[in-house]
Amino acid sequence: MDIKVLGTGCSKCQALKATVEEAVKALGIEATVTKEEDMIVILGYNVMRTPALVIDGKVVAQGKQLSLKDVKKLLA
Amino acid sequence: MLKIFTLLADWLIYDVIGCMPTSHLGQALHFFVEDTSKILVLLFLISFLMGIVNAYFPIEKVRHFLVTRKLYGLEYFIASLFGAITPFCSCSSIPLFIGFVNGGIPLGITFAFLITSPLVNEVAVAMFLGYFGVRITVVYVVSGLLLGMVGGFILGKLKLENQLSDWVKEIQKGSTAANTNYVEEKVSFLHRLPDITRESWSIVSGVLLYVLIGISLGAVMHGYVPEHFFATYLSADKWYAVPLAVILAVPMYANAAGIVPVIEVFVAKGVPIGTALAFMMAVVGLSLPEATLLRKVMKWKMMGAFFGLVTLFIIISGFLFNLLLTW
Repeated sequence: MDIKVLGTGCSKCQALKATVEEAVKALGIEATVTKEEDMIVILGYNVMRTPALVIDGKVVAQGKQLSLKDVKKLLA
Repeated sequence: MLKIFTLLADWLIYDVIGCMPTSHLGQALHFFVEDTSKILVLLFLISFLMGIVNAYFPIEKVRHFLVTRKLYGLEYFIASLFGAITPFCSCSSIPLFIGFVNGGIPLGITFAFLITSPLVNEVAVAMFLGYFGVRITVVYVVSGLLLGMVGGFILGKLKLENQLSDWVKEIQKGSTAANTNYVEEKVSFLHRLPDITRESWSIVSGVLLYVLIGISLGAVMHGYVPEHFFATYLSADKWYAVPLAVILAVPMYANAAGIVPVIEVFVAKGVPIGTALAFMMAVVGLSLPEATLLRKVMKWKMMGAFFGLVTLFIIISGFLFNLLLTW
């Protein structure tokens, strides 16, 4: 699974990446978690609010600080 | 209604802790507890209300609405209104700007959103309610909306489209209206509630530190700044007072939570309310960090027009407030 956290580096984006990494570990799934900070790439996903979460190329959430439970649900 | 916080502080400081209402410590603690609890509760309530609106009108839906409807001028109001309601985060302003422009929303309407968004937000509204009461808060919010609408309208007339950065124009070519399609999520209110509550809570905890610093700073300044200290330099009869306050404020960057208590001291020590409001607008509405972000999407001429016009309008608003408002 390829997971991307889109965001330019505000505190919310950092927090989301940490949550995602925790969820991946807890679920024990094979996944790469990367943070995308390049504005042009972020805009390529047609995202207007950061942080956004992209799983296998699909935007599943944006502008929200997801809880661990929410992220687990999205990854499952 | 706000009386309840005075009672809370009375009870906590005088009854539970047992400070004397006449002692300096007692008064200082009382002031601190009253103001902090009041601001935090107001902030939570306002964030919660805005959260409900945002749950039903997310920005993607607003964009879709603005792109697809003919609104005969009302679109400036809608863009400005949603600028006010959407929680402002400076790191989101670029994606929002691009998202609007690429969706085919005219530049002027995008500017209406961009001008009001930092000016009117949940933190500013809560702080104003707590420190200045309902009347001044309404004046501030309405001015923020008007500033966005009028500013956006004029900037739109300036035909600055060719002043977008080249990479933005590049993206624009590739985008189609289909990009702005919005699919509504059907979620019941009860299911949204935990999300909205959590989001409001994260807004409150996110600015908690600034609120505490602002309130403490205000309290300290109250004690140490002499009466009428500012009146000498910034009184209403000095024509340069408003422009000076605004121009000093533009490069400053402060959270609304930190700046409102300080402004309250200014007003208490003799600065006219209009000058103080204009200062506040310039601090939160225009800042160097925002400018560096916006510089990535617009060329210098557009930056100049945007900052110049908004600065000018804030100065004019300051003069108007001084004429019309008494505090």
